[in-house]
Amino acid sequence: MEKEITVTINGTAHTVKVEPRLLLVHLIRENLNMTGTHIGCDTSNCGACTVLMDGKAVKSCTILAVQANGKSITTVEGLATAEGLHPIQEGFKENHALHCGFCTPGMMLRAVELLKHNPNPTEEEIRWGISGNLCRCTGYNNIVKAIQYAGAKMRGDKLPSTEPQFV
Amino acid sequence: MIPAPFDYSSPTSIQEALNLLKKHGDDAKILAGGHSLIPMMKLRLATPAHLIDINSIPGLSYIKEEGGFLKIGALTREAMLEESDIIRNKYPIFTDASKLIADPQVRNMGTVGGNIAHGDAANDHPAVMIALRAQVIITGLQGTRTVPIDEFFHGFYSTAVQAGEILTEIQVPTPPKGTGSAYHKLERKVGDYATAGVAIQITVDGSGKCTAAGIGLTNVNATPMRAKRSEDALIGKKLDDNAINQAAHFAALDCNPSKDLRGDEDFKRAMVQTLTKRMIQKAVSRAK
Amino acid sequence: MIQCKTSKEIGGMGHSLKRKEDARFIQGKGHYVDDIKLDGMLYMDIVRSPYAYAKIKKINIEKALKVPGVAAVVTGRDLEKYKLHWMPTLMGDTQMVLPTDTVMYQSQEVAAVIATSRYAAADGVDAVEVEYEVMKPVTDPFKALEKDAPVLRTDKPGKKDNHIWHWEVGDKAKTDALFKKAEVVVKENIYLPRIHVASIETCGCVADYDKVNNHLTMYMTTQAPHAIRTVIALVAGHVGLTEEKIRVISPDIGGGFGGKVPVYPGYVIAIAVSFLVGKPVKWIEDRSENLQADSFARDYHITAELAGSKSGKIQGVRFKVVADHGYADSQAAPTKFPAGLFSIGTGSYDYDTAFMEADAVYTNKPPGGVAYRCSFRVTEAVHAIERITDKFAMEVKMDPAQLRMNNFIKKEQFPWKSPTGWTYDSGDYHAALKKAMDAVGYDALRKEQAEKRKKGELMGIGISSFTEIVGAGPSKDFDILGIKMFDSAEIRVHPTGKAIARFGTKSQGQGHETTYAQIIAEELGIPAENIAVEEGDTDTAPYGLGTYASRSTPTAGAAAAVAARKLRDKARKIAAYLLEVSEADLEWEPGKFFVKGAPQKSKTIQEIVFAAYTNHPQGMEAGFEATHYYDPPNLTFPFGSYICVVDIDKETYEIKVRRFVAIDDCGNIINPMIVQGQVHGGLTQGIAPAMYEEFIYDEDGNILNGTFMDYLVPTAVESPHWETGHTVTPSPHHPIGAKGVGESPTVGAPPAIANAIVDALTPLGITHLDIPITPYKIWKALKEKGVVKPVA
Repeated sequence: MEKEITVTINGTAHTVKVEPRLLLVHLIRENLNMTGTHIGCDTSNCGACTVLMDGKAVKSCTILAVQANGKSITTVEGLATAEGLHPIQEGFKENHALHCGFCTPGMMLRAVELLKHNPNPTEEEIRWGISGNLCRCTGYNNIVKAIQYAGAKMRGDKLPSTEPQFV
Repeated sequence: MIPAPFDYSSPTSIQEALNLLKKHGDDAKILAGGHSLIPMMKLRLATPAHLIDINSIPGLSYIKEEGGFLKIGALTREAMLEESDIIRNKYPIFTDASKLIADPQVRNMGTVGGNIAHGDAANDHPAVMIALRAQVIITGLQGTRTVPIDEFFHGFYSTAVQAGEILTEIQVPTPPKGTGSAYHKLERKVGDYATAGVAIQITVDGSGKCTAAGIGLTNVNATPMRAKRSEDALIGKKLDDNAINQAAHFAALDCNPSKDLRGDEDFKRAMVQTLTKRMIQKAVSRAK
Repeated sequence: MIQCKTSKEIGGMGHSLKRKEDARFIQGKGHYVDDIKLDGMLYMDIVRSPYAYAKIKKINIEKALKVPGVAAVVTGRDLEKYKLHWMPTLMGDTQMVLPTDTVMYQSQEVAAVIATSRYAAADGVDAVEVEYEVMKPVTDPFKALEKDAPVLRTDKPGKKDNHIWHWEVGDKAKTDALFKKAEVVVKENIYLPRIHVASIETCGCVADYDKVNNHLTMYMTTQAPHAIRTVIALVAGHVGLTEEKIRVISPDIGGGFGGKVPVYPGYVIAIAVSFLVGKPVKWIEDRSENLQADSFARDYHITAELAGSKSGKIQGVRFKVVADHGYADSQAAPTKFPAGLFSIGTGSYDYDTAFMEADAVYTNKPPGGVAYRCSFRVTEAVHAIERITDKFAMEVKMDPAQLRMNNFIKKEQFPWKSPTGWTYDSGDYHAALKKAMDAVGYDALRKEQAEKRKKGELMGIGISSFTEIVGAGPSKDFDILGIKMFDSAEIRVHPTGKAIARFGTKSQGQGHETTYAQIIAEELGIPAENIAVEEGDTDTAPYGLGTYASRSTPTAGAAAAVAARKLRDKARKIAAYLLEVSEADLEWEPGKFFVKGAPQKSKTIQEIVFAAYTNHPQGMEAGFEATHYYDPPNLTFPFGSYICVVDIDKETYEIKVRRFVAIDDCGNIINPMIVQGQVHGGLTQGIAPAMYEEFIYDEDGNILNGTFMDYLVPTAVESPHWETGHTVTPSPHHPIGAKGVGESPTVGAPPAIANAIVDALTPLGITHLDIPITPYKIWKALKEKGVVKPVA
């Protein structure tokens, strides 16, 4: 009953035998020991498990590992490169866009996809764009700022101020 | 939340998928986007013995205009609707709807075919397709058949797709000149199922008279429903406040909402009335 | 602008230092409990009751034991053999670990399945067969108090009703007399529904019992690891797990908000199983288990009354509460405060008469009563006073901002003794409200509102001027299970001048690794980046009561400052020795001591520390370490004024929060960026119960919205763009003048939003709506008033 699949994660191909019911998030976390991808709900509402599958943001708790056969997955562990942090990671750190850090990987991966489609999104577009990711800590203001910062960095524009507007 | 064990196939042609369906009968379920099915399996409310994943079948994902129809392949992802120029320029009703379906990640996986084939009155595309007078192409081992949308929804999670068949395409007749469309739903928060939703397609002639109307309602009836009396109240009329209010009033009277956490019957009827009025106005404003 | 005493390089108080902890979180290297994997680890999953109240007739585990991978099924009868089937709660009540006879709420634990994988455990749960005899539950606390109500806690010998406790404070006779003669009395029944903290990480643990060494390591999602270690020793000491054999490790925590203070049955079962089989046991909740069974917050039925003059002077309040605690009193509150700090409900206003009482009741609902990001029951109290104050303003026809300004305690009246016995440490309420009104453009908004009302448009402006009470607390009053609510810091500075500091608290996202380092940097001049901060391991950190109720800065933050000052005193001695001058001749500036009048003669803190290990004065203890257990002399009383502006659709009643201005005062600010971040997050957890979240039970005790599909946690779309600012009124008794802040916005936001919505609906005859206020709730209220009519 087990199926052999090959899934490329952050550039490395993994060939594994899995039960068809194995969820992609468990393949990543349990079988392959990359624990940066989190699980926050059962009903595909929270987005903590978001990864990129062939460049598209998906909720890995609602996808079977067998569905990822032959596909390329990017997790939070694959964002930084030898040159350094990904602009979205830098944006989150510089703008205090995370508190407990649990939603952060999924939030960043969705943001990466959003910026690919819309390199200079408005605040409204960002808010709708991350509406599949729940954050319980930050109140979202600084996540919006972080995504705008990452957008500017990726466009090569002047970086917005990261000073808190707390007067 | 872990699904019960099942076996899995990933056919690469419709023929192969149909053969598998025949072989496994009622034990099998089709897996398209999976965002309705997999959560139900995780909750063990659905325990199919066999999943037939149709995602590896080529040629089921497209948006094209052909032979007087807009044709949408069953495996077309919701996100493709958002990105399609044809949709953006000519069918804004889909842009209205897709923005309100679940969330971006779900729309990357969720398919238009699945949204309809699930047979859930709470889904959004059924009402849209009713408004657009779409038809559904269903494929079985005996070949394909075409089912008008009005004959498609049979009951709660029950549709015209019979055992051994797969929904393969949705066809929307190209609207005549002077047509506009719009969809909106009220939701408790973004991504929620509709408290009530209304889909409208209106055609007006040069004199401002309505020559055709399609009105579909989301989640206010056991099945997705057409507001027939409302359509009739518009056709042949000049679309003044009276006509629009009459149509909205009929929609509110004719739907059959049930009480749930989103609201009671009275509230939902009132919302159908308001939404119908607003969406007619919006569709008319978009008519071109 | 905040004036900093230290340079940016040192990064002491007032600097918006970027967080030290972020590096791991943004790279997927956070270490949460579900990330822990140990050799031979077993997985536990739990069978839960589908009924709210039922007798267990039979549990058949045979089928489950045949499921591949299932190692064992544990029931209450198994735990009973070890007297582990009941456990004490933090409030001195008792709660089942696993039932032997009766289940008391839907989703209660019934049995635990242990297996070699998560998947096998889930299959095992599916295969356990339980026969129940269903009984009619009691779900309404008022019905539970009726004379003929069935007694739920039949396990308690002699218990003849469902009443748990009565609490009261204030002067009843004086208050009753005032209400008899007052010119104006307003009254409202205010319900704060059951809600849930819903941190994105659920609860879980890995219990790792080592049979050879008779030692338990417990990795768990806890906000209070030290207290939990003591609780485990109290529960399991009789089977040999005494406190020195227990190590609790709280790894990275994915949000707490009070929900990770209690001891849940799952933790205890995991420990018991690990103890019996000698292997590590992992238990991680699903979201539905988390929502349906873990401690709830609120569920307070409040009758609030306010007495005042026709001219708008508040003269007194009278609050009566019925608190639904579920089937056990397992709330998290200090022992002497069964209704928490509800007595802060006299608010920000100057009057001397108040009486408050509360009665707690058992029902067939989950036990609990945790904070949801607020100090103990403070949100309840603030909602009551801020709603009833608005109603009073409406009654005397005075602008609610003006009425507040007229009634505020004045700056010079602090420290101010409240009629319920608190001593507010400091405040400047007028300044905060004035700043909020200026920021939002209050007068112009009122004009706009008047214009809109003429056109029938629904626009509302709501104010909340709250006083919080945080930082439990002085040990004379505050304890949990007898343990005084101090907190601790231990600082070790290494020979090269870099430090590690450990604390009895535990961050769940508050940024302690950064802010505690900043406090020490401020006091010692060692750059914050050279100070590592560690919390959460009971083997290494000093004992403390943990992080909740905004107590970390008021207690452990103070401990950090005091411990650092002890080190500075030692540094002065060493510097005097090294510079060959008397201590009195030395002056301090952050980072060095210098000789008065000869600033070129100086020793840096790094040189001094090196000397403490290499060249310290004869007779002085070597090394450079200090520990302090800080017992606060008083709580701190942060405050603020919030103004919310809403527009409501006059047909669909959809509510749009157009503006929300929050001015907070938490005394001296350690890190403005982090304080602002805390305010943003708290505000979203304020709009959540104000407009979206509540648990709904049917009369059979079934929860109708126990998943994220229907328990509506706000997304970035529902959450408005928050506008924030601050005033600074230092706490006079806190070593660095700081107050807690993480919870002020959760406390202050709901009444501002509710007041704004009610204000918008005033022309339609609405004078009060309970939160969450939804379009549907508005429509129903208008239908009752005949303003809207069903379609006919």
